[in-house]
Parts: sequence; structure tokens; C-alpha cells
Amino acid sequence: MTAFFWIFALLIVGSALLAITRRNAVSTALWASLAFVGIAGEFVLMRAFFLAVVEVLVYAGAIMVLFLFVIMLLNLREKDLRLTEMPRLHWAGLVLSGLFLLGVVVTCRRAGLFDEPLAVRAEAVGETAALAPLLFQRYLLPFEIASFLLLAAIVGAVLLTKRRLS
Amino acid sequence: MTAGHLVVLAGVLFTLGMLGVLARRNILVILLSVELMLNAAALAFCAFAARAGNLDGQIMVFFVICVAAAEVAVGLAIVIALFRLRETVNADQVDLLRR
Repeated sequence: MTAFFWIFALLIVGSALLAITRRNAVSTALWASLAFVGIAGEFVLMRAFFLAVVEVLVYAGAIMVLFLFVIMLLNLREKDLRLTEMPRLHWAGLVLSGLFLLGVVVTCRRAGLFDEPLAVRAEAVGETAALAPLLFQRYLLPFEIASFLLLAAIVGAVLLTKRRLS
Repeated sequence: MTAGHLVVLAGVLFTLGMLGVLARRNILVILLSVELMLNAAALAFCAFAARAGNLDGQIMVFFVICVAAAEVAVGLAIVIALFRLRETVNADQVDLLRR
């Protein structure tokens, strides 16, 4: 299990790194979708099976297709790509990111998160049948709000992309 | 594999997304880096849920994914509207509010 953790971690970090450094937006989207597949793998290791499936369906599937469609729709010429080409980062950004990471590691150590290996209990296995009662009983109101949010997002997206309103 | 490993992995992924937002100028890549950061948060939620031994954190990841989907739909619509208006996807050239 630990070996799989490192394999997926390497996959995630490597493809995320490639995603943010590639010049072409299409390669960025494809590398990011590989990172999402790696995250789905970590979900499986945490016994969150439903989330792993949703991650692949929604992220690596729907969201990435949406991104690729928009990239295709914009039809960027070489001139536009050259304008946005290379990452330029102020050293302060790198220092702050390093400090942030250090803070995460120190906080985890002090909270004792490294102490015992993760053993997922039987009632914490995220199968669909186990998640459904929670989602439709205790979290019913957030669930309905989320559905309204998606509806509002759909209407908003259609409105924003319309050429002119009549 | 401990919960700490997973949280640190989420931290690394979040940092990479943050660097993407800071360093890149292509609006599409910036949006995608925001997605990476949201995924890092989801990973941390799931790690803490596994450690706490209940499913509430996994429900939270479900909502994170839901909000991310809505955010991408609206964000990409804005990118398209912006491209029609200014013919650019460079974040530096969209500076009307700065002048």
C-alpha cells in the first residue's frame, strides 16, 4: 500500500509540475488530467471508492473536455501563445511557497499525523451505499444548495457566452 | 502511509497550483492551476476523513468537486466572453481596473 502511495504521489507531483510549466495550453490540460487520475488512485488507497470514480468522471472526464473545447474554440494563434509563454516567478513567490510547505510539514508533525499508519475502519469505507444515507439525510440541505449552484452556473455560463441578449 | 504523508502531498500539490497561478499569464492555465489547488484541498479532506474514521470528510470532497464544476463552467464562460471583447488570453493585458 505504501509503495502504491509513492507511485501515485510521484505521478501527481510530476504531472502537476509538467502541467504548470508546459507552454501549450493543450499539454497543460492533458498533464493536469493525468494528475487527477493520480488523485483518484490516492482516493482508492483511502478506501474512498465513490470519490475515486467521481474524480475520474468529473475531473479527468467532464472538466478536462470542457477545457479542451474552450482551447479549441479560442483557436489561439502562435502570437498569443508567445505572449503567454514562459513562467516568470519572483523569488519571493518561491520563498513563500517553501515556507508554506514547511508550515504544513511542521503542523502535521506537531499534530502527530505521522505517528501511526493509516488504517481505514470498516465504517469509513466510502462506498456508494454508505455515502447515500449521509448525503440524503444529514447533508440534504447542502446537497440541494449545491444543485441550485450548478443550475445557476449553467444559466450564468449560457448568459455570459451569448453574443447579445435580445 | 500515514495521514501526514497524504496531507503533505496535498500541500505540495497546492503549492504547485499556487506557483502556476503566480507564474503563468495564460488565463486558461491559471484556471487549471486553481483546479489543482481545489484538488489538493479535496485530498486533504479525504485524508482527515480516513483518519477520523467517518465519512463526513468524503461528503465534503463531493461538494468541493461540485463547486469546482460550477466554477469551471462560469470561469470558462468568462474567458470566452473576455476573448471576444479583447482578443487575448493574457492576464497582463486585461488591466482596465488597474489604470
